[in-house]
Amino acid sequence: MNLFDFFRERKKQTPASIAKERLQIIVAHERGHRNEPDYLPALQKELVEVIRKYVNIDQDQVQVALEDQGSCSILELNITLPDR
Amino acid sequence: MAKILVVTSGKGGVGKTTTSAAIGTGLALRGHKTAIVDFDVGLRNLDLIMGCERRVVYDFINVINGDATLTQALIKDKRLENLYVLAASQTRDKDALNIEGVEKVINELKENFEYVICDSPAGIEKGAHLAMYFADEAIVVTNPEVSSVRDSDRMLGLLASKSRRAENGEEPIKEHLLLTRYNPERVTKGEMLGVEDVEEILSIRLLGVIPESQAVLKASNQGIPVILDEQSDAGQAYSDAVDRLLGKEIAHRFLDVKKPGFLQRLFGGRE
Repeated sequence: MNLFDFFRERKKQTPASIAKERLQIIVAHERGHRNEPDYLPALQKELVEVIRKYVNIDQDQVQVALEDQGSCSILELNITLPDR
Repeated sequence: MAKILVVTSGKGGVGKTTTSAAIGTGLALRGHKTAIVDFDVGLRNLDLIMGCERRVVYDFINVINGDATLTQALIKDKRLENLYVLAASQTRDKDALNIEGVEKVINELKENFEYVICDSPAGIEKGAHLAMYFADEAIVVTNPEVSSVRDSDRMLGLLASKSRRAENGEEPIKEHLLLTRYNPERVTKGEMLGVEDVEEILSIRLLGVIPESQAVLKASNQGIPVILDEQSDAGQAYSDAVDRLLGKEIAHRFLDVKKPGFLQRLFGGRE
């Protein structure tokens, strides 16, 4: 192993660091959906269908989130329209 | 007031029953009257790990159905004065459990014991749900491995939303992380998730780290809770975890690779 390899080796991810990164992403994603009501995916799908009547968008360009604010919840819609 | 503790994980084979047996025995060793209850109806194994499999006459379901009293069904440990086991039924399935029945048994146990340990089955179905439903504290058993960590996180979500405490808006279940089958050598090599990694992902209080140990198989083969093997690393690690559960501040051990001593390096051989 030469000096160059030594530095390259140190930069390389270990299996454990890959595991940690993957877990952080999936766990954060699943926690986000934990307290959501069951109807959210269906709502998102229907919203996409309605918007598509006017603008051509993809499924993942509509983000639906329900935020709990103590006494009430806020339904937040985030729709990204394509460039004109 | 009796404390209800659930030992849970989501994933199977991570060491729930080993942990239930060890923690329950450890509490009894310290003078607390403890009952360990097997919720794994249809696949009971706590009796084997505790070494009382040939003394099971009545089980949890018999008590729920009124075929036997709790006193008849509780198996007294041969080694320790304060320790009892309530076996699960082997011939029935999880549907034999119901919330009213479990509540009745738990309430009766609360009157007679200081600690009730609920050994949860794997999964998130009825058995696992009822095992954690009445809990005051939870020990989430996790292996340093992706599927186990993810399942533990899912379990934490359920503890926070589907338990009696959550449904009644009471103080939430106190959660403890117990990392088992830990191999410091592989962590050092970057092959295994380290304690800090798992703590960071799950962000709950660390109760203990149990090293991967040959003592665990040796103990289960003989029906002796591993905590009674005081010479073993796993036994000592469980012992520390019990002390921490009781509020003692103890430094974590067995997290680093053991460096062989000079003579050991010279002559080889095991310690």
